[in-house]
Amino acid sequence: MPVTRQDVLHISELARLGVEGARADELTKELTAILSHMEVLSQVDTATVPTTAELGAGGTPLRPDVGVPPLMSGTLGSIAPAMRDGFFIVPRLASHEDSGESGA
Amino acid sequence: MTQSRYEMVVGLEVHVQLKTRTKAFCGCSADFGAPPNTNVCPVCLALPGALPVLNEHAVELAVRAAVGLGCRIDPVSIFARKNYFYPDLPKGYQISQFDQPLAVGGSVVVERSEKGTDLRIGITRLHMEEDAGKSIHDRYPGETAIDLNRAGVPLIEIVSEPDIRTSAGAGAYLRTLKQILQYLDVSDVSMEEGSLRVDANISVRPPGQGKLGTKTEVKNMNSFSAVEKALEAEFARQCELLDSGGNVEQQTLLWDGAKETVRPSRTKEGSHDYRYFPEPDLRPLVLDSKWVEHTRKDLPELPTAKKTRLATEYELSVVEVEQLTANPALAEYFEAAARASSDGKAAYNWVMGEVQVALRSSAEDIGHFRVRPADLAQLITLVRDGTISHTAAKRVFAQMAETGKPAAQIAADEGLVQVGDEGAIATWVDEVLDEHPEEAARYLAGEKKLQGVLVGFVMKKSKGRADPRRVNQLLSSRGG
Amino acid sequence: MSVNDYTRLGAAQIASSVRAGEASPADMIGASFKRAAEIGAGPDELNIFLHSDEKASIEEAEQMRPRIQNATDLGVLAGVPVAIKDNIASLGLPTTCGSKVLRGYVSPFEATAIARLRANGAIIVAKTNMDEFAMGSSTENSAFGPTRNPLDVRRVPGGSSGGSAAAVAAGITPIALGSETGGSVRQPAAFCGVVGVKPTYGRVSRYGLVAFASSLDQIGVLGRTVDDAALALETIAGFDAMDSTSSDADVPIYRLASLGKPAPEARNPDAQAMRIGRSPIPPPPLPGPTTLEGVVIGRPKEYFPESLDPDIRHRCDRALDRLRSMGATVRDISLPRSPLAIPVYYILAPAEASSNLARFDGVRYGLRVDPGKGLKAMYEATRSEGFGPEVTRRILLGTYVLSAGYYDAYYKKAQAVRTLIADDFRAVFASGVHAIFTPTTPTTAFPIGAISDPYEMYLNDIFTVTANLAGVPAMSVPIGRIRRLPVGGQIITAHFDEYAMFRVAYALEAGLGAEAHQ
Repeated sequence: MPVTRQDVLHISELARLGVEGARADELTKELTAILSHMEVLSQVDTATVPTTAELGAGGTPLRPDVGVPPLMSGTLGSIAPAMRDGFFIVPRLASHEDSGESGA
Repeated sequence: MTQSRYEMVVGLEVHVQLKTRTKAFCGCSADFGAPPNTNVCPVCLALPGALPVLNEHAVELAVRAAVGLGCRIDPVSIFARKNYFYPDLPKGYQISQFDQPLAVGGSVVVERSEKGTDLRIGITRLHMEEDAGKSIHDRYPGETAIDLNRAGVPLIEIVSEPDIRTSAGAGAYLRTLKQILQYLDVSDVSMEEGSLRVDANISVRPPGQGKLGTKTEVKNMNSFSAVEKALEAEFARQCELLDSGGNVEQQTLLWDGAKETVRPSRTKEGSHDYRYFPEPDLRPLVLDSKWVEHTRKDLPELPTAKKTRLATEYELSVVEVEQLTANPALAEYFEAAARASSDGKAAYNWVMGEVQVALRSSAEDIGHFRVRPADLAQLITLVRDGTISHTAAKRVFAQMAETGKPAAQIAADEGLVQVGDEGAIATWVDEVLDEHPEEAARYLAGEKKLQGVLVGFVMKKSKGRADPRRVNQLLSSRGG
Repeated sequence: MSVNDYTRLGAAQIASSVRAGEASPADMIGASFKRAAEIGAGPDELNIFLHSDEKASIEEAEQMRPRIQNATDLGVLAGVPVAIKDNIASLGLPTTCGSKVLRGYVSPFEATAIARLRANGAIIVAKTNMDEFAMGSSTENSAFGPTRNPLDVRRVPGGSSGGSAAAVAAGITPIALGSETGGSVRQPAAFCGVVGVKPTYGRVSRYGLVAFASSLDQIGVLGRTVDDAALALETIAGFDAMDSTSSDADVPIYRLASLGKPAPEARNPDAQAMRIGRSPIPPPPLPGPTTLEGVVIGRPKEYFPESLDPDIRHRCDRALDRLRSMGATVRDISLPRSPLAIPVYYILAPAEASSNLARFDGVRYGLRVDPGKGLKAMYEATRSEGFGPEVTRRILLGTYVLSAGYYDAYYKKAQAVRTLIADDFRAVFASGVHAIFTPTTPTTAFPIGAISDPYEMYLNDIFTVTANLAGVPAMSVPIGRIRRLPVGGQIITAHFDEYAMFRVAYALEAGLGAEAHQ
């Protein structure tokens, strides 16, 4: 199915890529062309393929709950674009009240 | 008025910070209150190339919580990435669990002692995830300050079924859940410190209608009573909306505690597309069934069981055990004192009386209280065998709380050991009768009600050491 | 052997002459920089190096001097100059992933693989150019300009580890680290006429490798010879507690020269300490390098289609003949789901990339572009300015296949087909095939600017990407030239059977002799 310009703008918004103008049109064509090569997968029967979870061989390793030094050289100030009083500083969210997303 | 034509349907999502020393996926301290961005490392800062490794203790605590809430533990669960941009979310995704959570299908039983019927609230699922950092919006004008000390701290999210029908029921569920988690010792469960956070899903429908109405999500409540108030406000708003012919719109609302209203969050609906997919940096979490069984067997006694047992074992009333089990440390203290003194009633009286007063005045935690249960038991024993009077015991206790010295030593040092010796008491009685000839004459003439006054004089003279029973006996025999 | 022979010395030879005190580490590092200058590794010429600091590297080498005099064992790579792909986090030199979004970023921590190289005496001379975030097959997608193929400067060196392959091909370093997601070590190795190895997924720690697609990414090695590559891989392989997906499977000795000898690491306490997992174990006895008696080589028909370039087919057939003449049996096999690999790969890799690259948001490090219109505008300006067109394209593609309504049709489907592709490999190895042989690439190095269609570029990975999807080890070795341009032959073995892969590679290298570069 073809990708629409609307789709491109929507996913660009989700990915904070700021795609606009003629670039959005180009990308619409490019993504449509690329995804047309993926259609072949829809013909493969995968009904009996176990999901990753069912495979589940060898669980994820666990780490003991002990503190370790942060293994970093230098200070955050040397890599951060903006810091003040130990905080990373960013421009205010347009609707900063929406802290709803933060705090998990 | 109109609200009675609708019933409230509520499900709660509770986020609980697990009590680990380090974060969920790195060795940084999970402590609260360090200077900003000091408990951080390449992993929780999401530096390029850093990778997560799961904290074993976080898994243990999550499993203990799940078992304690009667959930089924999945032997294989999957971590997933929840993708969204926010400056306090360093990786641009939160490591969480999505379609294969750690546990499903438990319940919380809320005891309704007044009405007698218990309320069972189903638990849909319990999963593990990591916390985000903190965004501080009011520190610098036009800017947001980011502190990532909390980023990566382990959480569990406990999602209830939409089984709650009243705001009070929501409050009761939360208090019960908090108590269970305290007993399980998996979290500090403090809403003030943010180690317990609640989001509510609420819809309304006419009673008897099976189908659920359109729900809204209410966030930003900072106490259980705020949850109750927010639910009332949102219930009223939805009822009015329906009554005026409108429809409830699915949206996220924020509780404004100062204005006591809910207001829409400015997030556009539909812009939430979290694009969950299995976290490729972690393998599936595989739990050994023997280990889970072991956790189940090792589970601490939970509040309901403890209440029943304390009531029978120590012959206490429903109200009394309710008070004693309010938190696990208090119940543990009581039981240790009751056992050591073989006197549940006295232990109850002391723990809920003098001990509470002392804790309140010193703002101490019972876990760190200077008078240990064994010391209190000794004091109870001293009173019971008549070594000291109850009045003296209170003075002894005050000193124990201050100095930490044993009761017997304080009683001896302060000369508070009761004197039961006939000779000594007779001497004090004689002296009192001599010093108060008027009262003595009237008493000896048969004015019995003066006996109390005279006993008081004797006690005062003996500095509380005279055994009041003996004093009474002696006076009665003189007056008789 | 003297430093004058530098460009002809293998890593093991450099290390042994340094350890024997015949040459100083500083001389070796000096020779490496001299060669780099001669060949033009800088930005205006071949553009192989993104970052290097000759003074610092020489100084590091000088610091080894007292330890040599004390006869301290410096490790199996003592004084060996190494080039590192710029998406592997290093202390000292920047780590930019060939992207503007990380221009000037110096990592405050180091990748486990680099730490293990250093612990064994290696000295980093440069961070090498690459396609931005390893997305590409030509190194043309670098924000810092394309790398040129040292064998033909009008052509690409392949990619995305083009800079590392070019550094080895040009004789600047005997070994280099690259990274693979879909063929990014093997394809440039083939284009540059060197050996390139992608180990089993989990064999080498990914800690410090800037993630592109976590379930496929693996650090790989490049070397002028099979022996150089084997030595480099032995050094960096093994369990790492910092990477949950790294394997604690035993690491056998891969080097032929070491057979029957104690593992060199065992004599190096530092190196021993670096190996958090198991110490190397000697492999089972196999015949020497000149015989492959009893070894079954599978020739999968899907990798030799009708449309295959006849010259490439010819070089492959010649290589198979040499393997046969050394005693191997060549068996026709099928990996029927391999033709689905490109669609599967270009769904899964962008999906993971869209998430992995979300951290480049201008908040904590790297580029920030702030138009002064709030947070969202800062995000969008930073990311649109910071990412090049191919990275933008793949993030969009990945976001699309994960978004609501498309997840099942694309991501979930691709995940299931990935399992089927891996099943094909399992079945072949279970049937008694020891190693699979295929061409590494469908063409030789193409001219810079020749491929502009994204999907046509993706097809460069057609023979390599299956090994990443299945997680099995694979390597490319030179098997000849076509009009002076190198051709690579690919050897694929079962999970964690790098030992068998190297055995076949050593034999092929010996069997072809000078033909490998003719």
